[in-house]
Amino acid sequence: MDTLTHGMEDLRSAPPPALRDDDHVRGDPDATLVVLYADFTCPRCALAHERLTCARARVVFRHMALRAKHPRAVPVACAAEAAAAQGCFWPFADALYADQGRLDDPHLWERARRLGLDLERFDEDRRDPLITARVQGDTRAALAAGATTTPTLFVGDSPLSGVPDGGWLAQLG
Amino acid sequence: MSIIAAGSDVPPFTLRREDGEPFTRDDLAGRTTVLVFYPSAFSSVCTDQFQIYQEVLEDLAAQGATLYGVSIDQTDSQVAFRESLRVTIPMLSDAHPQGAASAAFGALFEPTGVSNRALVIVGPDQKVQWSWEGEHPGILPGANLIFDALAASPA
Repeated sequence: MDTLTHGMEDLRSAPPPALRDDDHVRGDPDATLVVLYADFTCPRCALAHERLTCARARVVFRHMALRAKHPRAVPVACAAEAAAAQGCFWPFADALYADQGRLDDPHLWERARRLGLDLERFDEDRRDPLITARVQGDTRAALAAGATTTPTLFVGDSPLSGVPDGGWLAQLG
Repeated sequence: MSIIAAGSDVPPFTLRREDGEPFTRDDLAGRTTVLVFYPSAFSSVCTDQFQIYQEVLEDLAAQGATLYGVSIDQTDSQVAFRESLRVTIPMLSDAHPQGAASAAFGALFEPTGVSNRALVIVGPDQKVQWSWEGEHPGILPGANLIFDALAASPA
């Protein structure tokens, strides 16, 4: 989240960025690292999220929020980052994927309230340009890495487009 | 059929804009154009492709590049497809005669007679700067390939 603007350079082919201090990571620290580029409005992403949660994997969540995909893709991604600012990224992400039919602002407030977040701060943070830049930066990094659909998963530099199946997950170890 | 090679002069062709007016080789002069040949409106892969490209449309414009979608679909289908995706990329129809422009660019998928999934970047001098064609229409080129090609092309 170094800048608010992006140049064309960041859209040229590049491997997915290495693990960062501010990445959202969970799972067995000794398991294979899987970088999941996903969108909270995307049903395929919800399935990928669920399967990865049950798999033996160390999962990194990064945003691939396309404005044309869904009008709520970017706002909901920003809300997840606002929850992350209060230490609740994963519970909020789980709550979003558990009920993708309810992604309007009142639904986001309801989730934030349920998780005990400071609502005023949550609302302020999710509109913070730095949070928007974080979401946009993740999305552009996904595109630079050659992602063409949501979800896209990476193990190292190797991509998987779409929902991981049992065979792919079994290879994780 | 192979996609037109970089360095080639763009052949004569006629496509139809969304307003029914012709779009020809002359419309390529003096600017950089990205032609996105795609097989069919409303297919799932084409949907992903245009939503990805829409995300970077401003970046392409900042490079002086204008992007168009090209398929053998009738204009009405193309526009309905574009609007359903909330995408602003203008569409060009290759329906009359069907597939003729796609064939001129080497971007016709002959087994089914639709446009293959292909990209052609044309420079202001109406020469092909770069081209790409999938082995089959199911292969989707990422936006990164376009930016790589623009970066490698002469200013």
